[in-house]
Amino acid sequence: MAQVKEYIGKIKPDWCPGCGDFGVLNSLQRAIAELDIAPHNVLVVSGIGCSSNLPGFINAYGFHGLHGRSLPVASGAKLGNTDLTVIVTGGDGDGYGIGVGHFVHTCRRNINMTYIVMDNQVYGLTTGQASPTTEKDVRTKSTPDGTIEIALSPIALALSCGATYVARGFSGENLHLAQLMKGAIEHKGFAVVDVFSPCVTYNKHNTYPWFRERVYKLEDERHDPSDFRLAMEKAFEWGARIPIGLFYKVDRPTYEDEEPALRSGKPLAKQPLVRDDLAAIMEDFI
Amino acid sequence: MTQTLTELTVWIGGAAGDGIASAGESFAKACSRSGYHVFAYNSYQSVIRGGHVCMHIRIGTHKVYTQGDELDYLIALNQDTYQRYAKRVMPGGAIFYNTDKFQAKPDGLAKNVQLIGLPVMELAGNQLMQNTALMGALIQVIGLDPAATLELIKERFAKKGEAVIKVNADAFDKGTEFAKTKCKPGEIRVGQGDGRRRPLAGGNPMVGFGMVAAGCRFYSAYPMTPASSLLHWLVKYGAKTGLLVKQCEDEISAVNMAIGAGHVGVRAATGTSGGGFALMTEAIGEAGMTETPVVIVEVQRGGPSTGLPTKTEQADLFQLLGASQGEFPRAILAPRTLQECYTAGIQAMNLAEKYQCPVLISSDLYLAERLETFDGVDINHIPIERGPMVAQAGSNGYRRFLDTPTGVSPRALPGTAGTIYTAATDEHDEDGVVISDVFTNPPMRAKMMSKRMRKMDGILKELPAPQIDGPRNADLTLVGWGSTYQVLLEAMETLNKEGFSAGGGSAFGGNVNVLCLQVIWPFPAEAVTKLLVGCKMTMSVEANYTGQIVKLIRMETGLSIQHHLRKFDGEPFELKQVVDQARTILKTKPKESVVASVVSDEGLPPDFSPIESPATGSEAVRQH
Repeated sequence: MAQVKEYIGKIKPDWCPGCGDFGVLNSLQRAIAELDIAPHNVLVVSGIGCSSNLPGFINAYGFHGLHGRSLPVASGAKLGNTDLTVIVTGGDGDGYGIGVGHFVHTCRRNINMTYIVMDNQVYGLTTGQASPTTEKDVRTKSTPDGTIEIALSPIALALSCGATYVARGFSGENLHLAQLMKGAIEHKGFAVVDVFSPCVTYNKHNTYPWFRERVYKLEDERHDPSDFRLAMEKAFEWGARIPIGLFYKVDRPTYEDEEPALRSGKPLAKQPLVRDDLAAIMEDFI
Repeated sequence: MTQTLTELTVWIGGAAGDGIASAGESFAKACSRSGYHVFAYNSYQSVIRGGHVCMHIRIGTHKVYTQGDELDYLIALNQDTYQRYAKRVMPGGAIFYNTDKFQAKPDGLAKNVQLIGLPVMELAGNQLMQNTALMGALIQVIGLDPAATLELIKERFAKKGEAVIKVNADAFDKGTEFAKTKCKPGEIRVGQGDGRRRPLAGGNPMVGFGMVAAGCRFYSAYPMTPASSLLHWLVKYGAKTGLLVKQCEDEISAVNMAIGAGHVGVRAATGTSGGGFALMTEAIGEAGMTETPVVIVEVQRGGPSTGLPTKTEQADLFQLLGASQGEFPRAILAPRTLQECYTAGIQAMNLAEKYQCPVLISSDLYLAERLETFDGVDINHIPIERGPMVAQAGSNGYRRFLDTPTGVSPRALPGTAGTIYTAATDEHDEDGVVISDVFTNPPMRAKMMSKRMRKMDGILKELPAPQIDGPRNADLTLVGWGSTYQVLLEAMETLNKEGFSAGGGSAFGGNVNVLCLQVIWPFPAEAVTKLLVGCKMTMSVEANYTGQIVKLIRMETGLSIQHHLRKFDGEPFELKQVVDQARTILKTKPKESVVASVVSDEGLPPDFSPIESPATGSEAVRQH
């Protein structure tokens, strides 16, 4: 097993003291170290938001792209070089707001990569507006009288769209979160890990104590992660008790498995650029 | 009286769903295989059934530059087509139709036009054979060898088995037999072809072919007319060539996927039309900022908004130039011919990697969806240039965005040991460390901007220099960009042929040459200035309302084009429209220099100064 310190990036995180994202970063570094994946074989792709700054803080290749577009960039990168371990990180605004269209279709596609969402139920970097996972009636800078819309359920959405590994962690439960991430990276297919990652500056409602009072681990209650209907039922459990852990896991052929251009097994990025089959194409024009 | 010409034109018209495109393609291919030059253009609508579709196919014993304005033979698959075009058939031509569908009245036809009605049911026993039987009659009347068409029938239905081939071949034979026994040979004939089997293609497949030839292995797209046929062509060859083609949920995903693939070292592209390109806008800047190679093909159609989905226009020039906020290096190529579509595909792949920036290929429906013969392209000497790459870090470590004299930083691909970096869309330093939020650093920002923008100097030097086609010192220079090139060339040849007199002048007052741009950005300002300063009179020809290339030229050179022909009705320029306008200018306008015209005496911007000229037949042609 590699040392966790090998995965510490050259930039010190600039998150607010106490931010949940520190725990997510630590857990991710631990998960990759435990899996012993060399830093240069990891590509971390993100969008825009506090949590999307993560690629700079981890010792791995990174692509810090546009707001909401991390999943398509990561999909192209993974399909382009299947030898890479591709991990996508971002927040709830990035993934479930502006980027939700890509989330839906990436779940369907089942490309072998991991998506970690630091879900703090608020827009942090833009100083505290409502997000797609802000609970109903919660007051934010953009909803001073409380939100009118109900919150989106990332777990239910991922399940219904076909993600093959669906989990939820809590950044106050680091070791548990690292194990969920490890399982996600090891899983052959599209793995979603939604993480309760409290925003200590702008979310005064969903705080560490708020979560600690409510979260319980699915595995402590003998949840069967192969049961889709049960997973869906658990996805909507919200209130006095909120489940974390692995909701659902299923093996389905990945996109790469079924894509004709990848059948040779050699990544596209390593294929020769010079071709010898042009005469046959030319002949078809005649 | 039979007249043997160097070219003739056939129109096949009907409703969408009548199989016009496939009948027209078969005829075009039969001709291209029989030694003729072909240019076909399908005028269609955004409906799957109904509406009106008409394919114009011009064949010649010499290179044919456009679909032509005239009509020698018409296949009318419905009464609507007959009523629209029958009277336009040239004297000595013929009209073919199915008598089971409608009865054609010979009123108002030109002299000696044969009206040839085939009883399709009686001949072929099946109405589905209508197009094949009519094609047989057409081939017989024109006097072409039926062998090429029969060969195509065999190829086309090979997968469906002998029985299907036989039904179609029989229907074709019945058509030829009917024409042989019941009709006169056509009076309009085209001379013998040269026997060469020429390739026949459209601009979309040729761009695709060029990209594949240059090692493109990833194409992601969302369907949008008229870029979809590029997607379809690449899908067809994807499995054969190891190219991954991904249909995406939207154009935003398509361009970002291509950027992701480009980031890990795959030659990647996406393609769309104006509306989809608008969605890609933000990501074009992403490629510029992260210095990621990506090629984007923009096949323009009539705008604005949904506009004219199945019609042509050149009105996205400033969208291409201005796509995405901020400033970053980009190249915009505007191929003018099928061969240039192919070379643009290759060059775009090379430029994108060599300069690590987005490269845009500007095409349009007229170029993309035409079917034209060409005399081959070079498939044996494909340059592959990737620019500097690093396989491992040097002793001083690795800086992904190293400031260099060319602005190009050696690129390490993810997966390489010892060169780890993050590519960020935020401003960053040479190491890729973001400087936007905490460590704002104005000198570093200025340095990184300058580094990136410096790449434009290198790109400009690599691109083909603009040139004038035709005689030096012509009295009038026709100015355009991209797909209108060939209509300008044909107009030039037509005018110069009719115009020259022995004394060096001409019957109508001058001769013509052509300046048609194939590089839009970086704009070759110095070269264009030199060429324009040497011109006597200038006339722009553009398929848009506001004169976009005229504006760009003035912006970059300070020179104004004097006279203008603009078209925005969705249909391509007709030769006659260009020729008539040019002739009017040559006859009536003083021969002032282009430099002098910077000052407009009408108090209007020079490219809006109207000139008096006769209408050219189409209400929507705007002439200034």
